[in-house]
Amino acid sequence: MQRTITQMRLNKTESLLRERLVSGLEGDEKAYLIFLKDLSTHLRAFFRKRLTQLPDEVEDLVQETLLAIHNQRHTYDAGQPLTSWIHAIAKYKFVDFLRRRAGREALNDPLDDTSELFAASDSEAADARRDVLKMLDLLPERQRLPIQHVKIEGLSIVEAADITGMSESAIKVGIHRGLKALAAIIGGLK
Amino acid sequence: MKTDDLVVMLATGAGIAPKHVAARRYTIALGWGMPISFALMLTTIGLLSDIKGALVLPGFWIKFGFVVSLAAVSLLATLRLSRPGADRKSLPVMLSLPVVILWGLAVVTLVQTDSELRIPLLMGQTWAECPGLIAMLSLPIFVATLWAIRGLAPTNLRLAGGSAGLFAGAAGASIYTLHCPEMDAPFIAVWYLSGILIPAIVGLVLGSRLLRW
Repeated sequence: MQRTITQMRLNKTESLLRERLVSGLEGDEKAYLIFLKDLSTHLRAFFRKRLTQLPDEVEDLVQETLLAIHNQRHTYDAGQPLTSWIHAIAKYKFVDFLRRRAGREALNDPLDDTSELFAASDSEAADARRDVLKMLDLLPERQRLPIQHVKIEGLSIVEAADITGMSESAIKVGIHRGLKALAAIIGGLK
Repeated sequence: MKTDDLVVMLATGAGIAPKHVAARRYTIALGWGMPISFALMLTTIGLLSDIKGALVLPGFWIKFGFVVSLAAVSLLATLRLSRPGADRKSLPVMLSLPVVILWGLAVVTLVQTDSELRIPLLMGQTWAECPGLIAMLSLPIFVATLWAIRGLAPTNLRLAGGSAGLFAGAAGASIYTLHCPEMDAPFIAVWYLSGILIPAIVGLVLGSRLLRW
């Protein structure tokens, strides 16, 4: 009985999230915003459970995964359960994070790292340590300006094209490539 | 940057998500890969001299049917593996079906052949060059398919790489059939499959390096 109730609640979460994502993919930005917000709470719980030793890394990983999900939103097939799609991406980013970390750890002697003792604390966990906004500066202008104007200042594509003197399609391409480049920088691929 | 701010940033101006990305990328990949591989076959090893005669032999069509059906199922598998969370349960059965059928045919052929003729049937005239040439012809298709996957989101990189290699191998082998004089199932079952497995193994080994995102 208890299991059925939990199952029903999960199904409801799944169908609500899925509805909003599908509307979001069709261009409903409000629905998409709610989808991403809800999703971030689920991702936070998912990673927190798996990173009890590294609470400070949770928020970075949440943000990295959100960015990945946004960049890859075209790979969601509306006929597919949303849970399996999100779970596959979250798990992929989690494993990738552990591998990157293992690579870093190998470079310095873990016993010498006294900062580890105090690194873990709950109040810090709400903030990401890495600032995505600052990483924008690493992008070339043709990607940074479109993101700055459209994604941060909230201008339309047409307005951003006017201000920058770029074409509308260059603005769209700049946003798309810029967000992918951002994900690559975060993932240590660049 | 707070996560809530990032969320707002991602949603702002998101617009309509790109559609049919997988179909478009795979169409482009095949549109380049197959003709380049075909041209590579024409310029390096050339068409079978008696290609017209070959096209009426059942052996040719058994061979061609095998490589084309293996290419079709491995393309389907690769498409699935380039998306997060797609169903993979049916893939092993799907992928092994063409191979199992061909092996069945090869065994029947060998059993029906006099024992002293079995080895020549298995080795044909061209066993030494067949796998390498199939691997060579698969290369353009392999590169193009990896490019297609890189615009998507594989979450099991080794399997995705291996599957891309298997597809490229089978597609390359379908072009190799136009050069190859061998028409017997036992030969195809051993040497074609070996050639097809070369890019598949390369993909399996290099997948996690080439397909990271």
